[in-house]
Amino acid sequence: MKQTQSCADSLQQARLARYSPGSIKASARYLWPLAALMLLLAVNLLLDASFFQLSFQDGRLYGSLIDILNRSAPVALLAIGMSLVIATGGIDLSVGAVMAIAGAVCANLLLQTELPLALVIAAGLATGIAAGLINGTLVSYLKIQPIVATLLLMVAGRGVAQLINQGQIVTFLRPDFAWLGTGSWLGLPLPIWLVIGMFALSQLLLRRTALGLFIEAVGCNATASRYLGVNDKAIKLFVYAFAGFCAALAGMISAADIQGSDANNAGLWLELDAILAVVIGGAVLSGGRFSLLLSVIGVLIIQSLSTTIIVSGVPAKFNLLIKALVVLLVLLLQSDKFRRQLSSWLPKLRKWRKGDKA
Amino acid sequence: MTTPSLVLELKQVCKHFPGVKALQDVDLRLFAGEVHALLGENGAGKSTLVKVMTGALAKSSGDIYFNGQNCSFASPAAAQQAGISTVYQEVNLLPNLSVAQNLFLGHEPRRFGLIQHQKMQQQAQQLLLRFKLNIDVTAPLAQYSVAVQQLIAIARGVAMSAKVLVLDEPTASLDSSEVQMLFDVMRQLREQGVAIVFITHFLDQVYQISDRITVLRNGSKVGEYLAADLPRSRLIEAMLGKELQQLTHQAATTTPAVAEPLLVLNNIAVKGSISGVSLTVAQGQAVGLAGLLGSGRTEVCRAVYGVDALSQGEIQFGGKTLRLQQPADAIKAGIALCPEERKTEGIIGPLSIRENIMLALQARRGWWRYLPVKQQQQLAAFYIDKLQIATPDADKPIEQLSGGNQQKVILARWLAINPQLLILDEPTRGIDIGAHAEILLLIKSLCQQGMSLLVTSSELEELVAFAGKVVVLRDRQKVTELSGDTMTAPHIMQAIAEG
Ligand SMILES: Nc1ncnc2c1ncn2[C@@H]1O[C@H](COP(=O)(O)OP(=O)(O)OP(=O)(O)O)[C@@H](O)[C@H]1O
Ligand SMILES: [Mg+2]
Repeated sequence: MKQTQSCADSLQQARLARYSPGSIKASARYLWPLAALMLLLAVNLLLDASFFQLSFQDGRLYGSLIDILNRSAPVALLAIGMSLVIATGGIDLSVGAVMAIAGAVCANLLLQTELPLALVIAAGLATGIAAGLINGTLVSYLKIQPIVATLLLMVAGRGVAQLINQGQIVTFLRPDFAWLGTGSWLGLPLPIWLVIGMFALSQLLLRRTALGLFIEAVGCNATASRYLGVNDKAIKLFVYAFAGFCAALAGMISAADIQGSDANNAGLWLELDAILAVVIGGAVLSGGRFSLLLSVIGVLIIQSLSTTIIVSGVPAKFNLLIKALVVLLVLLLQSDKFRRQLSSWLPKLRKWRKGDKA
Repeated sequence: MTTPSLVLELKQVCKHFPGVKALQDVDLRLFAGEVHALLGENGAGKSTLVKVMTGALAKSSGDIYFNGQNCSFASPAAAQQAGISTVYQEVNLLPNLSVAQNLFLGHEPRRFGLIQHQKMQQQAQQLLLRFKLNIDVTAPLAQYSVAVQQLIAIARGVAMSAKVLVLDEPTASLDSSEVQMLFDVMRQLREQGVAIVFITHFLDQVYQISDRITVLRNGSKVGEYLAADLPRSRLIEAMLGKELQQLTHQAATTTPAVAEPLLVLNNIAVKGSISGVSLTVAQGQAVGLAGLLGSGRTEVCRAVYGVDALSQGEIQFGGKTLRLQQPADAIKAGIALCPEERKTEGIIGPLSIRENIMLALQARRGWWRYLPVKQQQQLAAFYIDKLQIATPDADKPIEQLSGGNQQKVILARWLAINPQLLILDEPTRGIDIGAHAEILLLIKSLCQQGMSLLVTSSELEELVAFAGKVVVLRDRQKVTELSGDTMTAPHIMQAIAEG
């Protein structure tokens, strides 16, 4: 008996010797996006020595960093919503148009009625959720492919916004609403606070409940999720509604910023920036794990890049090209395959240089 | 007889994944015209060895000699070119393409560079007839069951095998008659001088077909033996590193005569599949479903679980009529299904083992009441220990586990929610002999505690071992019910064959 015991023990030890736990770190995912962001900021510093300088005037912080944060607010909100949609394996092309609709709804309410601020905001958010529910229904219950379903609203949504505005640019004079886009609190511009608030709330909602896990499960394998009792359709409906909510909030910030609603230009092409940000954050379009933090880092990378290009004084016509190239580089650095290829080239390169010298 | 020539030789091959030494200094010799069984526990490294050998994974170190030349294949396609065709453990076909396209993908019959569809379909039909599979080759592959897909994958491998054919657990979801068909084909190939690598957990099959055996344990080679010289007990010892604990096979669980019926299927039918199936499962009873491939076993399970809508009949559960729209409804009522298709319906690949175990429990609790991480860890640790899941930690993605270990995790998922009725569709698919008996015992004890079971298995012995009653299906209809003394493997076999 004793002998079999020790035999089992040695077997167990042989088994354990094969494994060295803890060698795969989740934090590795954060490495490349963070490195890219740091690098961009460093380049900015080289180009402009005052880049990190902050000044405090009239109870508000000013500086390039604050500008970057403030300007990225709408896209950051979109990216938070987009992260969840992409995590389920979907995509939402309509968020830019939803921004325009929400802005138009708010602008017209502000211009034509005396509704209190809270109700106007609520109406704007409700518009976003409604738009998201339409997308979600098309995708989950009618089984239309996400890219097609949301393309409908992307095209039609801007038309709806134009109808609401009756083809005009609607401007309003309501300092309380304008405060959403231009005000500040505790030294920071309000849009930044809105992003922080939305981020924290989403994080609580997703990670303190099982919602985040369900979203990831559906994204990884919808059939298996349904088999184990997750209502995959309801989950999909939720993420589109959530993305609609985020888009509406972003739309209200832009409307408040210019104190008006321009149906043609509000949120134009921002859906693409949001998708790009999520992808730069390391998400795969086929669905799976998501990280809101990484998506927001992706937004900051895009925004800092735009700033860098402007500051560097490169002729404006090169802007888009440079942006595309840098984004490509970030994406390549994230790919294991590319990095492996790179590291296999390096020794060859060294050898080649040595051979050169000899 | 001339000495057979060495076709493929692996020397000191290592494969390390982050955190796991999957293979360490493994040697393998493969001779022309032999069937070489590769054996070992779940996670021993068999599939990894196959993948390294055929270019699906890059080796960490070591040498591979093919026809005496040192070479390593960059991809499975390269290995294919050289004459090594492989059927991997997880069937690797394209579900949306037709059966014929899947069979000939990459080497379609062509004329003037254009694919000859007619010819391809004819050839496909002929090829499948070798496996007595008379199906529509123009239909998309996804329409067919795992077992059929498995046969199609094998047929593809066979059609292309020039020098070496590698089969990783080809018989895991096949019935005995299909296994015999496969063996016939393998014997023909062996005659033609093809070297065959064969992986399985069924030792009977090993002794039926193989000439040589290599045993792996914990990523290292234990030894190479001639099948004829290696008694079964020594083989088991080589695989497990110890003797198999003799688990006394008790008689089938006898259900008390007065047990209340829990599940009653009243003449149910599903459009395009099963029709007129009635059966009863009593409280604490284990009922087996037997039948050939395509007989409707899986379809019955799916209907009871709310995956497919009924077109006729009704399902009563605990005295109430169930209206099932989706699996969540069945789970709410107290029914759980451990599905047959591990890859598409079972595992959620990128998620961790812990999450894969707790998800069903969480889904039943609802999204709001998140199971505390501490409890999740306890749950995972409990089942990792109980089912002998080979993994360094519970936070590893499940897709990095070996096939058999994935199966154990899926089983743990359903045991964790402790349902009233547990439907097990091929529960021990791909599980090694060490864990097999353990799992059967666990299921049995659950049954004794009052859980009812509906089990399908292509292993009749397994069914007989713990079912109190066996329902035989043929052509998507119920043929007969066997229980008591008539419930023996030969009887069931006969009923399956003749009805
Ligand atoms: N991609 C991977 N990443 C990390 N570890 C892996 C990966 N693939 C396999 N492993 C590990 O390598 C070991 C051997 O796995 P392998 O699939 O070869 O086992 P197997 O002998 O085929 O088992 P089974 O009988 O269950 O199919 C296991 O411990 C597994 O967890
Ligand atoms: Mg395997």
